[in-house]
Amino acid sequence: MAIRTLGRRPRAAAAAEADHERWIELSGLHKVYRPRKSEPTHALSDINLTVGRGEFVSVVGPSGCGKTTLLKILAGLIPRSEGTVRVAGRDVDGPLPEIGMVFQAATLLPWRTIRQNVMVPVEVQRLDRTVYRERADQLLEMVGLGGFEDKYPDELSGGMQQRAGICRALVHDPAVLLMDEPFGALDAMTREYMNLELLRIWRESGKTVVLVTHSIPEAVFLSDRVVVLSPRPGRIAEVIDIDLDRPRDLSVMASDRAGVHVERIRTFFNAQGVID
Amino acid sequence: MGPLMTMTEKGPEDGGPEPGTTPPGTAPPAPPKAKPARRRDLRDHPEWVLVPGVFVVVLLLWEYLVPVLGVDEYVLPRPSSIAEALLTQLSDALFWTHMKVTLLESLYGFVLGVGAALLLGTLISQIRLVEKTLMPYIVAFQTVPKVALAPLFVVWFGFGMTSKVVMAAVISFFPMLVNVIEGLRSADADRVQMLTVFGASKFDVFRRVRLPGALPFIFAGLDIGIVFAILGAVVGEFIGAKEGLGYLLLQTNYNFDIAGMFAVLVVLSVLGLIAHFIIRAAQKRFAFWAEDNTVIGA
Repeated sequence: MAIRTLGRRPRAAAAAEADHERWIELSGLHKVYRPRKSEPTHALSDINLTVGRGEFVSVVGPSGCGKTTLLKILAGLIPRSEGTVRVAGRDVDGPLPEIGMVFQAATLLPWRTIRQNVMVPVEVQRLDRTVYRERADQLLEMVGLGGFEDKYPDELSGGMQQRAGICRALVHDPAVLLMDEPFGALDAMTREYMNLELLRIWRESGKTVVLVTHSIPEAVFLSDRVVVLSPRPGRIAEVIDIDLDRPRDLSVMASDRAGVHVERIRTFFNAQGVID
Repeated sequence: MGPLMTMTEKGPEDGGPEPGTTPPGTAPPAPPKAKPARRRDLRDHPEWVLVPGVFVVVLLLWEYLVPVLGVDEYVLPRPSSIAEALLTQLSDALFWTHMKVTLLESLYGFVLGVGAALLLGTLISQIRLVEKTLMPYIVAFQTVPKVALAPLFVVWFGFGMTSKVVMAAVISFFPMLVNVIEGLRSADADRVQMLTVFGASKFDVFRRVRLPGALPFIFAGLDIGIVFAILGAVVGEFIGAKEGLGYLLLQTNYNFDIAGMFAVLVVLSVLGLIAHFIIRAAQKRFAFWAEDNTVIGA
């Protein structure tokens, strides 16, 4: 089932003018945390990266290298220290409606049903509820949660909650989907299943995805490109093109080419003396 | 199922569907919560037998052991005498007037105290300047034994209902205030961040995360508040009143009608219990997602 863009909204104008090759653009980005009572921490250093429209990019790196900081800056949750950040033709100075985010924990509100949870972005952005309610139900159907719309989060398993979280990130039809280790809390089997699901959703929705993950194989399996960050202060050590054919299934990971990519990233981390 | 349990405490035995095994598009499983047999209910809830059991045993011991031990009926009347006194009271129209007065005083005071606490608690928890300005006064006033203010209120507001309403309001105000502040502050940072990413304003965050998240605390405050309001009304009536259950309690005491006193005490307990259960029912309805919460300090 294809999830289509709903109507033309004011912000579509800015998006139309944006360069599709530079759908997300980070240039000269620095982030320094300056706590009042301790030494400043240089979290990100001179990040330059462009992501094309519809591209799937993963960010991997050792713990504390600033992966999540990078994502939070893109989401407009924390300010940058230097540089420019543009998403879909707009400068990021705070949360943008062009962005949908999936969190490490599903972060569903326990007092809302699954459908009401998915509708949160629609409500806070004051979009037409009747129109988007239909879209919410379509999305839930697409991720296999059809029939669970009126259940409460605690009636669903962790994997199902996370899928509802993905629907919530997509419901307002954002241009970009940011994912912060979305499957980190799931067991290995559920995780593989969710990876396949994510690929399917990505293919059907055509969203631009930036995924932060701890798992090198996951990054290789899902992405068009993998951005490898160095230990703190995080800088881009390498950007690896993943030339595996699409659509991909789990057997791709057994192939030599996938193995080469995984090995290359591992070797880099080993050389840095960090195993993630 | 290991790590999944961190997100939801429910296992498969609770009817939660197995993760990953539900292929997309399948219909949800039928609600697995079949009603267990009655015998199973009792095994799961031994308290359903034990609580009334203890009640009956204590009453029986009281009824038959107290006279044997030579305790005077005037000092500690037997349950049967108390029941008799209770029936006499309940058939007296005047008694119902006393009860109505105390109930109204408690309810008015409760609504006033709890309402003021909701308002002030919201302001304190959301506006830094209000908190910094008022908190020292609130802490200072909280240390005053509120019951000791009752004579003052009688002087200020007279022997009528007003002084008792004020007493009930003041005494139910503080536990509610503490719970409102704590509840509104306890908002989960991840939830606030989630709403912020999607473009929520501060008011959106308050309405959609902070307030619903505070409900379990608010109900805890209401629960203590209603019991305290009854206490406040009765204490107020002790100091100076012409009607009400507190007044009746003093009257029976002067008349050395100890069985009558116990009857009033029984009625007061039952009123408190009913109020408690009404609040619990509302909590189950409006804060259904929360486990039985712990009550914050009174």
